[in-house]
Amino acid sequence: MEFLNSLFGDGMLAMYGGAILVTLKVTLLSTLLAYVLGIPLGVLLYGTSKDSIFPNGTVNGIVGTIVNIIRSVPFIILLVMTQPVAKLLTGSKIGDDAFIVYLVIAAAPFVARMIESSFREVDRGVIEAAQSMGSNNFQIITKVLLPEAKPSLIVGSAIAITTILGYTPMTYLIAGGGLGQMAIQYGLYRFEADVMYISSILLIVLVQIMQETLNYIAKKSDRRIRGK
Amino acid sequence: MIELCNITKTFHTATADVDAVRDVSLTIEKGDIFGIIGLSGAGKSTLVRCINFLEVPTSGEVKFRGTSLAALSKKELLGTRRKISMIFQGFNLLSQRTALKNVCYPLEIAGVPKKEAEQKARELLKIVGLEDRVNAYPAQLSGGQKQRVAIARALATDPEVLLCDEATSALDPNTTRAILELLKNINETMGVTIIVITHEMKVVEQICTKVAVLDHGTVAETGYVKDVFLAPQSQIARELILPKSAAVAEVSGGPVLRLVFDGQASSEPVIANLVLECHTAVNILGADTKDIGGKAHGQMLLQLPADEASCARIRNYLNDRHIKFEEVNA
Repeated sequence: MEFLNSLFGDGMLAMYGGAILVTLKVTLLSTLLAYVLGIPLGVLLYGTSKDSIFPNGTVNGIVGTIVNIIRSVPFIILLVMTQPVAKLLTGSKIGDDAFIVYLVIAAAPFVARMIESSFREVDRGVIEAAQSMGSNNFQIITKVLLPEAKPSLIVGSAIAITTILGYTPMTYLIAGGGLGQMAIQYGLYRFEADVMYISSILLIVLVQIMQETLNYIAKKSDRRIRGK
Repeated sequence: MIELCNITKTFHTATADVDAVRDVSLTIEKGDIFGIIGLSGAGKSTLVRCINFLEVPTSGEVKFRGTSLAALSKKELLGTRRKISMIFQGFNLLSQRTALKNVCYPLEIAGVPKKEAEQKARELLKIVGLEDRVNAYPAQLSGGQKQRVAIARALATDPEVLLCDEATSALDPNTTRAILELLKNINETMGVTIIVITHEMKVVEQICTKVAVLDHGTVAETGYVKDVFLAPQSQIARELILPKSAAVAEVSGGPVLRLVFDGQASSEPVIANLVLECHTAVNILGADTKDIGGKAHGQMLLQLPADEASCARIRNYLNDRHIKFEEVNA
């Protein structure tokens, strides 16, 4: 009883609840914004590639290089390097809002590559058929590529969201909150391993729920499977 | 309706420039069912894509109703493509849309109101015989049914020309026959000009009125199907037309003749009489009958005895009976 009390009593339950909410907010908002930036970038990467719908080697080369550079910089260094951007956008270099900016900068190029790869899975013949019917490029993107790639895009979003969630404990470095921060603060600095384990288990549960939910939606939405 | 003038299409690869199509000129009249036949790699698919500018020719001109496609603006070209529909070997349906929504697609992008589009799509699906599968997804349809959906979709914008790129090559013989019958019907009842790309002579025989034989990117010969079939001029046309067994047969002894029966002479027991009158045996290497435009046409490969006198007698006999024949170098 004493043990449980130290874990959950004395306002600890409220702390876990608050941490879950902060983690969810940071993760979901970052993912959303990463997609807002990543979708146009992904479309650009796909569309400008060779033999695609609006091939342009120069644009493809430039965008591709920028995306690759950002993706190869470790998150912790990117976080330091892009502090001026966070300051400009949120007024502060630290805190949860600033952290969202860092996460979006790190995740958008990754999201762009995943969207590009989902689009590549769409049968070239289907795009050709749409072209033969007089579709313009915008119609091909919105009415062919996005709907046809939908199941793959949803599976991709599950990967993106769990990857972003995996980065959230680093928010501790800039005084942000959430489950990761709890795990580090209590586990690493106060030697309260139990709190660290519970926070970590909660993180794992969150990942599982998001992954399974999105996989289920992807499967449900896919009409290529017989008998539905 | 469609004029191709000196079309050449060159693909630049890392190692060399490849001419997929070389200096092709063809005229397709309104109402034709025009076959373009050739072996794999002959340039058929590239040529047909030049007709709707999915591939822009390196040189030469494509004219649709007298207007050069190269002269059109991007927007006009998209509009023209709605008048030149296309179906494919791989059907290329949108996998996440039902049959009905697939047929609606071309109407949707043309800005037709949803209700109107759906009504038209239902009518078209009825024409192709799929009124009971409107809500099925492509994954739930057989190959033949998928191609029917694709045909309905191609007809949605009331096209004047329908391009068929190996449209039956992925289908079994019975389904192929049914799909070709449907295409023929569409040609007759709706007046749609049809261009059929194929590597199978039997497709051309079943529905085409005219044919162009393509070989290594150039037109080897062109004309009415009947004429090309009865008297193929080019080596490639002979290869495509000759019965399959001819290629397998080991030819030893005398020359090989290809006899062509044009529907009239087939009531007479020609070969039996030939053997009786010429007092010599012949070896039948292969024979088949083809239905061209509703008329039965037959052909037979005969191997003659090695001695010249018998051969001369047989040739005289065939000439007497007005049976067309040619010597084949198998």
